[in-house]
Amino acid sequence: MAVMRDMIPPFELYQPTEVEDAVRLIRQHGDKGWVLAGGLDTFDWFKDRIKRPEAVIDLVGVEELRGISAGADGGLEIGAMTSLTDVAENADVMGRYPLLAEAAGLVATPQIRNQGTLGGNIVQDTRCWYYRSGWPCYRAGGNVCYAATSQSMNREHCIMGASRCVAVSPSDTAPALVALDAEMVVAGTSGERTFAAADFFIGPDIDIERMTVLKPGDLLARIVLPAPWEGARWYFEKIRDRKSWDFSLVSVASSLRVEGGMIQDARIVVNSVAPYPVRLRAVESAIRGRAPSEDTGQMAGEIAVEGARTLRHNDYKVALMRNLVKRSIRDAA
Amino acid sequence: MEFLRRALNPWGENVPIGVAWDLIWAAVIIGAVFVVVHALLVPKKLPAGEIDEGEAKGLPDRIQRHKPGARGFHWTMSATMFALLITAFFPVIGIQFPWVTIHWIAGVLLILTVLYHIYHVFAKQDVRNMWIGGRDVKEGALGLQAALRRPVKRPRAGKYPVDQKMFHHAATLATLGAVVTGVLMMFRVDNFLWARNEYMFSDATWGWIYVIHGISGIALIFLVIAHVYFAIRPEKRWMTWSMINGWITRDRYLENHDPERWSVPEAGGAGDVEGSAAGGGTGQPALSDKA
Repeated sequence: MAVMRDMIPPFELYQPTEVEDAVRLIRQHGDKGWVLAGGLDTFDWFKDRIKRPEAVIDLVGVEELRGISAGADGGLEIGAMTSLTDVAENADVMGRYPLLAEAAGLVATPQIRNQGTLGGNIVQDTRCWYYRSGWPCYRAGGNVCYAATSQSMNREHCIMGASRCVAVSPSDTAPALVALDAEMVVAGTSGERTFAAADFFIGPDIDIERMTVLKPGDLLARIVLPAPWEGARWYFEKIRDRKSWDFSLVSVASSLRVEGGMIQDARIVVNSVAPYPVRLRAVESAIRGRAPSEDTGQMAGEIAVEGARTLRHNDYKVALMRNLVKRSIRDAA
Repeated sequence: MEFLRRALNPWGENVPIGVAWDLIWAAVIIGAVFVVVHALLVPKKLPAGEIDEGEAKGLPDRIQRHKPGARGFHWTMSATMFALLITAFFPVIGIQFPWVTIHWIAGVLLILTVLYHIYHVFAKQDVRNMWIGGRDVKEGALGLQAALRRPVKRPRAGKYPVDQKMFHHAATLATLGAVVTGVLMMFRVDNFLWARNEYMFSDATWGWIYVIHGISGIALIFLVIAHVYFAIRPEKRWMTWSMINGWITRDRYLENHDPERWSVPEAGGAGDVEGSAAGGGTGQPALSDKA
């Protein structure tokens, strides 16, 4: 394992105040630059001296990237630099998107939520310790997955969506945003591009060195939430080893539109079981037209884990995922 | 420019992990330069060779150059090769898509076509048709002079011209390098053939396997560029057409091939006499065309 050191290697620090300047700097430094939001993912990398960027572009001074405001069509726009505490405690978010407020409020600790940003939580790198130890695994540009062998400590790793790399997405807010059908607005030198949240996260089969569509030169600017479903029910649950502070072992986010006691539409997303938040489309199709009951939940749980492939130490995730999906339907409120 | 990518493994060993991806562009640039220089130096239309009416006697209008099996192999291999190169290198240069499964399945298809080719060559053809002998060297030297507009008589080849033989051997080497290492690399991805085993070899051995695979792939980029270029050159198109329809005209045959080294049954000789004990380039008729 890498040894945590006190001294961070030197780098040039840039503190732009405008998005255009930030994008220009990010583009200018390419893969030798590093975008700093809350710093909670960043400083581990720096102190371990695994990431040694030449330039750090600190976004803390870009006010345009901060704040929560009304969006078009009755939705909401949240700047990527908005703190997780602000997201979790914002009245609009709590009232209209309690799923996101709940997810943001379960990230780590109050101190970390004060410092951490929504954008940072979304685009943070995987916590696979083999990768974060600086070893030359696939995700680090090498040719091996140290977590996928029969001797590996892979309790936290994935049960689906693997392609050579078996790391999982660690974000708590990501599944909520996919379940809410959010859009990610990415700023680049050629302007803004918008991605559906489900398309924003990519698996190792597409690019083993990235977890999102962001490339060097790109900046996640804001998150756009569409108007919530009328009468929507929602559910979020995060299972972790320590209730006080930990990454999720499995989390689930669901959003159900229920009319006349029947599910009319649904978006159900599970995270920490794959390298990206997994939207369970087969489950969503299967539960439409059914009551959000124990039986429906049981059936959904069974469908959800079809095709799961466990590693040596993570078969418990199958049962966990099955039960969380069941609860996300049965207990959605 | 670096040739290898190296990294420190968990045991502190500095091991290779693959070829430097800059070599992709090196192969493309070398291929492009080769094409441009060749296109500028070598005339696209060579003077027609002399046809000996005596040799033409008894020959059919169309002479089979490639049997359906050989053509099927060629085009199947071409398809798999393009699939392999696209899935291997497009993601590296930034065109991203889920490539791994397509890549290894195309690789398995390539292996099957190679196995078929080996069977076909040894069971249905004469492997010696591809050997490069003294007459091929002489043919190559004369051909080079003719291509550079020197006043020499255009040489006639056996069934396969020496430049095709050289290409075949280079492609064989690169393909075998990619295939053998590719089979081993399949132990590092999930597939239905066998269980994944990351630790089958040491990190350094794995690294060299990746290096050989990469070098083979990059060599194939150059070879494919050269092959496609020659396939569309005006003076070579008759050969390309023969890989599509299987035959060449009698005039093309007599212009470009030496009946003593490649005879056809209608001429009363055997196919593929080149290098054979029976024919041996002596003009001795053989029994059948094994093309």
